[in-house]
Amino acid sequence: MKRDTAVGSRGTEPSVIAVAVSRWSAAASAFTGVCVLAVAVMAVIPFVIGGPAEQPLITLLTFVAMASLWNLLAGFSGLTSFGQQAYIGVGAYALYLVAEHGINPFGGIAAAAVIAAAVALPVSALVLRLSGGYFAVATLVVAATFQIVATLSPSVGGTTGVSVPGLAGYGDVLREALIYWATLIVAVASVAGVYLLVRRTFGLDARAVSSDPVAAASSGVRVGRIRLLAYLAAAGGAGAVGALIALQTLYVEPTSIFSIQYSVYMLFMVLIGGMGTIEGPILGALVLFALQETLSAYGAWYLVIVGGLAVAATLAASRGIWGFASERFGWSLLPVGYRLRVPPPPDQVSDRPARAPTA
Amino acid sequence: MSGPGAILEVSGLDVFYGDFQALFGVSLSVSRGCATALVGANGAGKTTLLRTIAGAQPAAAGSVRYDGADVTAAPPYRRISRGIALVPEGRRLFPSLTVEENIQVGAAAAASAGWPLERIYDAFPMIARRRRQRASTLSGGEQQAVAIARALAAGPSLLLLDEISLGLAPVVVEGLYETLSGLRSAGATLVIVEQDLRRAMDACDNVVCLLEGRVALAAAAADVTSDQVVAAYFGEGQL
Amino acid sequence: MNWVNAVIQGMLLGGQYALIACGLSLTFGVMRIVNLAHGDLAVCGAYLGLVLSSALGVPVWVTLPLLLPAAFGAGMALQLLLLRRALRHGVLAPVLVTFGLSIMIENLLQVAATADPRGLNGGALALASFHLGSGITVSWLFLTAFLTACAVLSGLQLLLSRTSWGRKVRATADDLDTARLVGIRVRPVFATVAGIAVATAALAGIFIGTIGTFDPLTGTDVLIFAFEAVVIGGIGSLWGTLAGGVALGVTQVVVGEVNQAYAVLAVNLLFLAVLTVRPGGLFTSRQAVREIQGQGAAG
Repeated sequence: MKRDTAVGSRGTEPSVIAVAVSRWSAAASAFTGVCVLAVAVMAVIPFVIGGPAEQPLITLLTFVAMASLWNLLAGFSGLTSFGQQAYIGVGAYALYLVAEHGINPFGGIAAAAVIAAAVALPVSALVLRLSGGYFAVATLVVAATFQIVATLSPSVGGTTGVSVPGLAGYGDVLREALIYWATLIVAVASVAGVYLLVRRTFGLDARAVSSDPVAAASSGVRVGRIRLLAYLAAAGGAGAVGALIALQTLYVEPTSIFSIQYSVYMLFMVLIGGMGTIEGPILGALVLFALQETLSAYGAWYLVIVGGLAVAATLAASRGIWGFASERFGWSLLPVGYRLRVPPPPDQVSDRPARAPTA
Repeated sequence: MSGPGAILEVSGLDVFYGDFQALFGVSLSVSRGCATALVGANGAGKTTLLRTIAGAQPAAAGSVRYDGADVTAAPPYRRISRGIALVPEGRRLFPSLTVEENIQVGAAAAASAGWPLERIYDAFPMIARRRRQRASTLSGGEQQAVAIARALAAGPSLLLLDEISLGLAPVVVEGLYETLSGLRSAGATLVIVEQDLRRAMDACDNVVCLLEGRVALAAAAADVTSDQVVAAYFGEGQL
Repeated sequence: MNWVNAVIQGMLLGGQYALIACGLSLTFGVMRIVNLAHGDLAVCGAYLGLVLSSALGVPVWVTLPLLLPAAFGAGMALQLLLLRRALRHGVLAPVLVTFGLSIMIENLLQVAATADPRGLNGGALALASFHLGSGITVSWLFLTAFLTACAVLSGLQLLLSRTSWGRKVRATADDLDTARLVGIRVRPVFATVAGIAVATAALAGIFIGTIGTFDPLTGTDVLIFAFEAVVIGGIGSLWGTLAGGVALGVTQVVVGEVNQAYAVLAVNLLFLAVLTVRPGGLFTSRQAVREIQGQGAAG
């Protein structure tokens, strides 16, 4: 870490130096441009290439959304939840119920997100009292409870599950394309949403809370509100992802929709990519996608490797690939913090009078 | 100045808390059997210095030599077995342990048999009565006595005491200092962090004053006036 | 519907839960780590018991003198090699590492042993039962499990309160920094505690495997039950863990008498209720409650 100080040397008159504070950079502008272009390109893929490209991209974009949301919880707010699958399930079942009542399934995605966030509200009253490992296991219990409730509810098919209605009217090609665009929108919304949220005061507050809640609270940060906001946003996002999964598989069944595997994936992507950065989860999603393509034939070994890499990443590379790169090379494509630029001392600029200090 | 009687020699100590530097090249020397007062404003680095000598804080640069041996890298338990013991700031007793258990735990790393329990209870009769009580139920003065007793259980030859008079009534502090002078007569070397300058200079042979992590003054108590110490304390005049 | 029988069975079941939970409670109390792989380690114990008892052709009880020391060693290794490093990387690292470990264990077991449910050879003990009056049948196995749990808890309590080691453990649990300062060597303390935690988990796993069946994924359910027992009974108290376990067991069996499908749900709801009304549990120390709530997290 650079130790830039803006104080005069000891023993002389302390000089006040104008320090330029920037939140953006040329690289960030360039990268944002690239991203917008990439999204535009991805948007037209159904017209240009169609089916074969859509499927893998849907998987990848779902990963990106899940990773960004989990990063909001764990990377920025210090809430290691292993129970996000609870809200994936809620979102999936919400979509089914919405579709049952005749509402367009694609409109139902937004409804699913809202319903998931609404369910998260009372749950948060319980689990947000805890932190660290106890919070983690409590979220597991909540997810397990939701799964049992679904199993016991005949209105959503109990153990057997339900199929999602209302999509028969769409042809296969159109349905695939619509799901693709919906996934693209959810992924972009997740990344952009987290990014914008974190760049505001919320981001600083959240990171303060995650590193030292007591100090944060005594600095005036509304600790409870921050964690609640993060928890609800992540739940809503997970609900949208669940709705997308329901639309894709056309079938919702408790054991698979509430599977802990989702949490495993989220953990892996964020750890490998880099906790607490925006770029990290995207990178992690790419890595997981690549791993899945190459290793899923190996069944349980695949998960052993995923788990092992997550453990190794925590111990050896705790900032993930992106964290390592950004520290080593100073990269920052989507900056969330502040950069200080200290201008050269005035005596090197001889033809100009000393600048008056600016705030 | 290091001399043949020096039991503790600290040299060029730099200590950091993360990026924050707490001690800048601190050097001092303590002679066997002497009592040294360590004074300075809050945040000057007194607690940091004591903790570094005791091994609870790593030094980024410099050395700590005790009884001729370099202990700079030694963990606390090794230093205790050599004879250094720290009574930490704020007493830090183990709340769920009884008085007797707190004291017994202090002997965990003692090389030889430290002070036997009976000898400790003789020195601190007021806590002998409460030996089976939980440490958290004792009064401030009693807790401080237990904290000192815990350090003594290891049989140290160098006893470091960090702010033992904090929050205690004067008569209680009086009693504690009497015990300390008893320890001195028995041959122990003491380094005492004390906010009360008068008491510090009365009780001790030497005084060291820290200011913002550096040694501002180091002299025999008899050779300096309170005013000189106060000036070093606040950083007025010479640095 | 014999309520008395149900309550008795529930109490006995609670003993098993207490046995699996006490390791979790110890680990958190002393090292401030919630080991998410705890349940999976219990299941590993069951699989190891299966391997040994099949290989030697004996009931699984005979393998215990081999199995328990091995589990103890595994716990020490886990602490020294993995958890110690994790603790250096911040507060969240042990949670992430133990979760990753849990995934690895479950899937390695799946590779090695397939997903088929297994049972352990409990010998004659597993089949015998006796009658205690009108309609109450107590299986010797259940009773043994309960008595073993009580014995283990008593033994641990004695070790903690009467021995020099126990003093060091309690001091470390109270204040890690000061414990180091007064010369307690923390590494052996942590290692022995971790060893005990895994050994008790393995023992609990043996009972679980003898009384019911197990498969690679059972660990997560075991973890949840252990965790719930600890929270209900209260962290930092071994006997509280027994009380928590009994509360779980009784709820599960009594509700199960009415409708088996709702038994586990009732247990989870009990846990959530305790979390709402009395998050400290029944016997917790205030310090422990502050720690699981992460100081200042509320509000």
